[in-house]
Amino acid sequence: MGSVHVQNPDTSIAPLPHLAALEAESLHIIREVAAEFERPALLFSGGKDSIVMVHLACKAFAPGRVPFPLLHVDTGHNFPEVIAYRDEMVRRLGLRLEVASVEDAIRRGIVHEEQTACGATPSRNLAQIPTLLEAIREHRFDALFGGARRDEEKARAKERIFSFRNAMGQWDPRNQRPELWNIYNARIRRSTIAGDEGEHIRVFPISNWTEIDVWEYIEAERIPVPGIYYSHEREIVIRAGRICPVSSFFPARASEKTESRRVRFRTVGDMTCTAGVDTPAQSPRDIIADIIASPISERGARLDDTFSEAAMEDRKKEGYF
Amino acid sequence: MSPTSLSSTGPGTHPRFPVAIDATAMNAIEPRGSDLGILRLITCGSVDDGKSTLIGRLLLDTKQLRRDTLEAIDRTSKARGLASMDLALITDGLRAEREQGITIDVAYRSFSTPRRRFILGDTPGHVQYTRNMATAASTADAAIILVDVRQGVVEQTRRHACLAVLLGVRHLIVCVNKMDLVGFDRSAFARTCDDFRAYAAAFDPDGFGSLSSRAETTFIPISALLGDHVVVGSSHMPWHAEGGGRTLLAHLESLPDHVGEEGGRTRLPVQYVIRPQTSEHHDYRGYAGQLASGVLRVGDRVLAMPSGLRSRITRMHVGQESIDTALAPQSIAIELADDLDISRGDLLVPEDPSGSGVPAHPPRVTSTIDATLVWMASSPLTTGRRLLLKHTSRTLAGVVVKLGHRLDLQSLQRVADPGSLGLNEIGQVSLRLGQEIACDPYRVCRATGAFILIDEQTNNTVAAGMIL
Repeated sequence: MGSVHVQNPDTSIAPLPHLAALEAESLHIIREVAAEFERPALLFSGGKDSIVMVHLACKAFAPGRVPFPLLHVDTGHNFPEVIAYRDEMVRRLGLRLEVASVEDAIRRGIVHEEQTACGATPSRNLAQIPTLLEAIREHRFDALFGGARRDEEKARAKERIFSFRNAMGQWDPRNQRPELWNIYNARIRRSTIAGDEGEHIRVFPISNWTEIDVWEYIEAERIPVPGIYYSHEREIVIRAGRICPVSSFFPARASEKTESRRVRFRTVGDMTCTAGVDTPAQSPRDIIADIIASPISERGARLDDTFSEAAMEDRKKEGYF
Repeated sequence: MSPTSLSSTGPGTHPRFPVAIDATAMNAIEPRGSDLGILRLITCGSVDDGKSTLIGRLLLDTKQLRRDTLEAIDRTSKARGLASMDLALITDGLRAEREQGITIDVAYRSFSTPRRRFILGDTPGHVQYTRNMATAASTADAAIILVDVRQGVVEQTRRHACLAVLLGVRHLIVCVNKMDLVGFDRSAFARTCDDFRAYAAAFDPDGFGSLSSRAETTFIPISALLGDHVVVGSSHMPWHAEGGGRTLLAHLESLPDHVGEEGGRTRLPVQYVIRPQTSEHHDYRGYAGQLASGVLRVGDRVLAMPSGLRSRITRMHVGQESIDTALAPQSIAIELADDLDISRGDLLVPEDPSGSGVPAHPPRVTSTIDATLVWMASSPLTTGRRLLLKHTSRTLAGVVVKLGHRLDLQSLQRVADPGSLGLNEIGQVSLRLGQEIACDPYRVCRATGAFILIDEQTNNTVAAGMIL
């Protein structure tokens, strides 16, 4: 079993290595939520950040079980590999999984398929918001773990670790609770009946991690991730200069030529708004080397963030994760 | 906010990062070498002192920024009619702040060099944002205090240094900025240093010692705009290096880690009790928590405070992995030889090795505490107010029985009998608690000396407290 904890007989003088220090902070946050909240859940997307969160949750409560379920807000635009990974992981680790389906919410008229400027296939990033909020009401979740990191985007850099959401699920960046030391204020007004509006807290246990930390941790702890993160053969088209994976929800246009190419993806989630990269990385080590060499930050690989400088801030205020 | 003029490097200056977007130059985030762990720091100062420019410069020159980020900043700079890239845009986060052109909250940024990983809390400088600065300082090991060399040590400089020390920051780094605007004049730098030293040696914010007796201070002459002494050296100010001075980054990389310096105190607040109750782990009972300070080893005899129950550590784990030694700030789960009534909120401390059954470096067990408060709510605090206190993993009721002196943040004078404590004000209080807690003075052990106060009606965090 790999580990970030190297036993040093003279530990009284050695500083805790940075990954072990980050892990320690995350475990503390996760345990604090389990101790303070009645109905927490962990938002699981199948992406590396949420996989690391699940790994941390398992460590926080070992040898006991993780005392809360995972919640997957399923866009319906999945990489099939990610769903297969999710189901295998849930079985392997003995976890409970709840799924909130965007597709289902669209069918029921809770949300509408978005019209976008970027092409015929709408991304379902925005449609996730009402779907998620509905699931929160229905399950009366009072705390939701999210895998957001402060290095991802400027609006995230200001987010608290315990981030308060009002009964509408909204974030008010001008009025955040002060957060000092590692003493987290977990007090909220809870909903008393299912379907009623209650306040909740979004908790970001890996806030202080960077993309490189995540991959170094995946390597050190030997955590499996979906194969799409590593170089693999895939049908793609080049659209607006980006490598786009072809699927039933993102078909090639008549004018486009599909090709089979070795690609990998830096983020997962909605397949329609994830661009691939053309590098041969086959391991976390290779990926770290890729990140270091890449001129584009992680979110630059998401087609939806480049629309507006304040795009993320706007979505977060509405309840995005 | 000052736009950079990076392209105007004159003869005799060191090579700097060109303003043109050059992909090859910014790709080289160097791999990390020996792991010195994480250093948390804050930057104090206002936009006028060039704080955002300094952070932008640090991130730029340590090559933390990708091409798309730089392009976005370049686009915004151009849209605002600036001739070159505004480094301050790198950190100014939220839209409201962008519109107002000021920083109003705390933004956290990570950056790393081959030697060390840094988490930087960027906080606003004005007195009305004292609570934000206190927030960022609460976890910081070091504080960068930015001074405009043309202004010298001003009220804000004194206030920031005072706040940083009150919040337990052990290293102050006074960056004397805008040296380029005074012709890199050594005597202007020296004057600022002397003024600061005189202040820090004389000022005692709470009766527990002067600032200079509680934090180590380093002075660095810089130009954030041009980059002198931020990450690279300076040919303009050779006298700094000749006198043994370092760049800001070199200094940050060399700062010592403070693990185990809490006066030898070892503290484990019990956060969660793990009881799997499965057939495989039928009798397992793990006391989980983050080691707040010190070192624990398997075999150590421990006491649970405040109850005083005694036992011995039989096993320790991080996840499934068994460990013999735990070091702060590791999050661990420990097993004890005896089946005791220990739960969340208890503090585990090692016994004195003499076997007398008393704790080594005993924590204070008390239901009345004197503390310094940073008041963070708009409605003022008065005597008799009932609040919730969260200290380590324990939440309990408390009443403010006495308001002691208030520290006037403008004059830095102690004001006796203030009557109330308003938003962003700092004062000493006495609290009576519903139960006993095991605690330490904040200046000795941050983790067991700190608490927050919560308003039960609004659920808001209304104060940060530091036990005296």
